[in-house]
Amino acid sequence: MIMLSWPYHTLACFLFLLMMGCESSDRMQNSAKLVITGSSTLAPLVADIGKRFESIHTGVRIDVQTGGSSRGLADVRQGLADIGMMSRPLHATEQDVMSRPIARDGISMIVHQSNPVQALRNEQIIKLYTGKIHNWKEVGGEDAPITVINKAEGRGTLLLFLTYFQLQNIHIRAHVVVGDNEQGIKTVAGNPHSIAYVSIGTAEFDANHGVPIKLLPIRDIPASLDNLQNGTFPLSRSLLFVTNFTSTTLAKDFINFVQSAAVYDLIAQHYFVPISS
Amino acid sequence: MILLPNITLSPSRVDQLLVWILQGLAAFAGILVLLIVGFLMLEAFPAVRQIGFLSFFSDASWHPVEGFYNVMAMVWGSLLAMLGAVLLATPLGICSAVFCHFYAPTWFVEPYRKLIELLAGIPSVVYGLWGLVVLVPLIGQLHPPGPSLLAGISILTIMILPTIALMADASLAKVPSVYLRGAIALGLSRWTTIRCIIIPAATSGLSTGIILGIGRAIGETMAMLMVCGNVVQVPTNLFDPMRTLTANIALEMAYAVEDHRAALFFTGFLLLGVVIVMVLAVDYIKQRHTYA
Repeated sequence: MIMLSWPYHTLACFLFLLMMGCESSDRMQNSAKLVITGSSTLAPLVADIGKRFESIHTGVRIDVQTGGSSRGLADVRQGLADIGMMSRPLHATEQDVMSRPIARDGISMIVHQSNPVQALRNEQIIKLYTGKIHNWKEVGGEDAPITVINKAEGRGTLLLFLTYFQLQNIHIRAHVVVGDNEQGIKTVAGNPHSIAYVSIGTAEFDANHGVPIKLLPIRDIPASLDNLQNGTFPLSRSLLFVTNFTSTTLAKDFINFVQSAAVYDLIAQHYFVPISS
Repeated sequence: MILLPNITLSPSRVDQLLVWILQGLAAFAGILVLLIVGFLMLEAFPAVRQIGFLSFFSDASWHPVEGFYNVMAMVWGSLLAMLGAVLLATPLGICSAVFCHFYAPTWFVEPYRKLIELLAGIPSVVYGLWGLVVLVPLIGQLHPPGPSLLAGISILTIMILPTIALMADASLAKVPSVYLRGAIALGLSRWTTIRCIIIPAATSGLSTGIILGIGRAIGETMAMLMVCGNVVQVPTNLFDPMRTLTANIALEMAYAVEDHRAALFFTGFLLLGVVIVMVLAVDYIKQRHTYA
């Protein structure tokens, strides 16, 4: 008896699961689906917002795919995606789509709190990162070797840093490569002669909570979330959604949701600042 | 008496069922490994086709966004950190086990063993965090920048030490007590007994411990990511920062697309290759030097 019933049991279970799977995939095909592609900087945030949107609107599915800002734009033009995510501004030749800013992203240069250097000029930062300045005394600091901290390949902050300073990653001479912002901050906090760049949101939060780091101004403008939000801080960028001029109601609903105060907490969690209306 | 073999050897239905279940589970475990290898090959294939197999070893550097894919610096990074840690942890682990068995006072043995077991149970991210906030700044004071091969080796040594110590402990305990009694009867000193009789008899277990240590050292990701500095270069001295294969995958996977992503899968495939070679090498040594 045992021998006979055992495989049948399993088979029944299997069939049951199969039917469940079919049923749920049928339901998904009937429901509304929004395809969003583009920038990998934005993708984690949009995926989180998408989950919240799905939980409010039952039957809607938000499909977020990465592939870079340019892919987002191309997909929207070809009609492959409803919304494109872009972490760079649109060029003059790309005005055939509609763009809506959804958040701002900015990075700040940080050094250890005990470092006497109060500010660095842009040329100095470039020389520091390309290995032409080795000692803090060359930029008005103590006589100590500089530890240059860079981000890992593919990170959004690295791209923004490289674009702003017009550098190529090949030319950067780093002593330490870190992954996320927290790791960068911990490394600076543990090494009094190091310099790094991290998202302003994280840096400001940690500096206000007793972590011994100091945010350096860029072009005399202090690095702060306020200056990022009012658009005066130079080392920053707008994160955009692009759509066709004839987008669906669902896409419009979703963009309105992303721009609403209901997702400010998620935007802050990803160290961006919401666009103040 | 004649009936007895029939009773124990004839497969009852429940036994048969058990055999089937066990066969099924064993096959599942085996297939899982093959599936993972297959998946890695499938994901790494686009990289090998697009970038070319040789590019991984002859490109100028590792800058995947710019199209350079040399992984050799990271292979060396992984190997050097692992070798350093195994060279340090093996004698320490074996000495710890020998101390535990032959020299330690009886009341001390159990608490000591528990302590080593505790060391084995600490999650790697805790070691990493400790390394990042305590060890790396210390090394930085000695010789900047701080995150370095030395930091990696130190953390790995602490991590694999309990593995090797506990395996050595178990294998020393398995040495037949006749060997020991024979040695005492011959009037050999305690050190000679350990060196010439106990250790050779326990070689198999000791090398198993080393294999497990190697596996853990090569595969360690989080702690390495936090203390090694992750600069892609072959370290020329102990204070140079470097990047391991595992840290490379963890650092870049979240933001990698297309060829870059496939290249990371190739890195994973390579890692598997390194582990297989190391295990086979230790196996070979084990076969040549085992007595029993």
